[in-house]
Amino acid sequence: MRNIWIIAKREFDHYFISPIAYVVAFLILLTTGIIFAINIYYFIQNALQSFGQVPDISPITGAFGFLLVLSIPAITMRLLADEARMGTLELLLTAPVRDFELVAGKWLGSLLFILTIVAVSLVYPIILNGLVSPGIDQQLVMSSYLGVILVAAAFLALGVGISAVFTNQVAAFFVTLMTFVFLWWLIGFPAQVLQGSASEVFRYLDMKTHFYDSLNLGSIKLADLVYFVSLIALGLFVGTTAIETRRWR
Amino acid sequence: MIQVNGLTKDYGARRAIDNLTFDAEQGEIVGFLGPNGAGKTTTMRILTGYMPPTDGTAMVAGYDVVEESLEVRKRVGYLPETVPLYNDMTALEYLKFMASLRRIPDTEDRAYESLQAVNLEDRADSFIGTFSKGMRQRVGLAQALIHRPEVLILDEPTIGLDPAQIVEIRNVIREIGKDRTVLLSTHILSEAQQMCDRVLIINKGKIVTEDTPENLQSRLVGSQRVVLRVRGDSDGLNARITKVKGVRTVESKPDGSVEFEFGAGEDARPQVAKAVVQGGYELLEMRPVGLSLEEIFLELTRENSEDIKAS
Repeated sequence: MRNIWIIAKREFDHYFISPIAYVVAFLILLTTGIIFAINIYYFIQNALQSFGQVPDISPITGAFGFLLVLSIPAITMRLLADEARMGTLELLLTAPVRDFELVAGKWLGSLLFILTIVAVSLVYPIILNGLVSPGIDQQLVMSSYLGVILVAAAFLALGVGISAVFTNQVAAFFVTLMTFVFLWWLIGFPAQVLQGSASEVFRYLDMKTHFYDSLNLGSIKLADLVYFVSLIALGLFVGTTAIETRRWR
Repeated sequence: MIQVNGLTKDYGARRAIDNLTFDAEQGEIVGFLGPNGAGKTTTMRILTGYMPPTDGTAMVAGYDVVEESLEVRKRVGYLPETVPLYNDMTALEYLKFMASLRRIPDTEDRAYESLQAVNLEDRADSFIGTFSKGMRQRVGLAQALIHRPEVLILDEPTIGLDPAQIVEIRNVIREIGKDRTVLLSTHILSEAQQMCDRVLIINKGKIVTEDTPENLQSRLVGSQRVVLRVRGDSDGLNARITKVKGVRTVESKPDGSVEFEFGAGEDARPQVAKAVVQGGYELLEMRPVGLSLEEIFLELTRENSEDIKAS
């Protein structure tokens, strides 16, 4: 366990000298900031008509989730692919560190970085809370943010897993992006076309539904938690297996 | 400390190492000598727990490299061929990172201790990305030393160093080798001779021979080669030299010089010189040539299998 933390810490530190990390943080915060401002503006404009309605945080967290689809491949692509290219993987694989600890450490380090961005974005609910009387729905804020964190954690785990398969960062980036596009959009279509239990299966596999139709609306359900935790486990398993396979080649 | 038995590794259809068997004792520096692609790196990667063998067993510091890989890795210091460094870290940060992965209590002290061992303590806070090749090599060595390992495995430790640094690194390695086990690879014969207590010559995945540098040398210097050059035409020279007593082989080189070989202990040079001059040739040059590594390989692989077993 300590090894996971040591590797995570090095990875976390690395993001603060990495230009890609700053670009990602900037884009996420800029986009959510614009959406936040428009949202406030809209509510102020229509304050009289929309009596009884209050602004909430879900448009911002909703956009955040979508931005993660596009930005996490850039965050995870180098995690293990670059170690393999630089030859430093040989160092880590001959250090007394289990393959799983290495993969989990990389995942945790990248998660801590995303959590830092998430923490900065907490200014939005805080400002909103000050503007709205008697304050905004706390439970919605909690579940929406939990949703963002779970989406990030699942995507990061898959990204780390895919990065472990490749030596080339660009290959890792595109495969990760394609996987996310599949999980976020494409997998939802069979659910609409098919009927009965087959439709249910695809509906369950669709990541959007677990986020937009559930957590981002304020409900925390076990089925959604199981979904995200399974994806995290899958990503870390793929990563560990890829590293083990690398040894046997 | 290291016991290797019947170690074999296949990369797909290609056999990288074939049934290697050797051992290394504590306090011994063993040199792995061979051309590129002979299987040195593969063997080292198996011994450090980086990859499992296809067949055979290897024990390092009393642990099996496959079954108890983590225990082996705790006790081995490894410098891979491509020095594994993070360019975005300072030398000190890098060593502290490695020290913490190896559960060393006072990481900072140990990092400094390692840097001192390789004479880099004044560059502790410089980024590794700014280092020269020799400095990178030394940081890599410092990393291998940081946990005071029982066994040190070094893949081409002196490659890319300047002559002064080579002497320095050799001294460091020799110092470590006094009470610990060092396995190092090189393709430079003189290096193996200077540093190692024992040399394993490996070619095409097989151990060709294994001996102390002294024995190896005396076995190899069973014959002496000399290059001879005359002014103008050297026609008929071969026939003359061949007649001289003690001369075993004579060979004309494309550049017009003649190379001949005679057995150790029967120096044929004065007689050859006399024969050349009496033949009316003008002798310009006569100098002994050392056996190059390639020639030693040819020499050794030519030896029959009994000879190899005897060594």
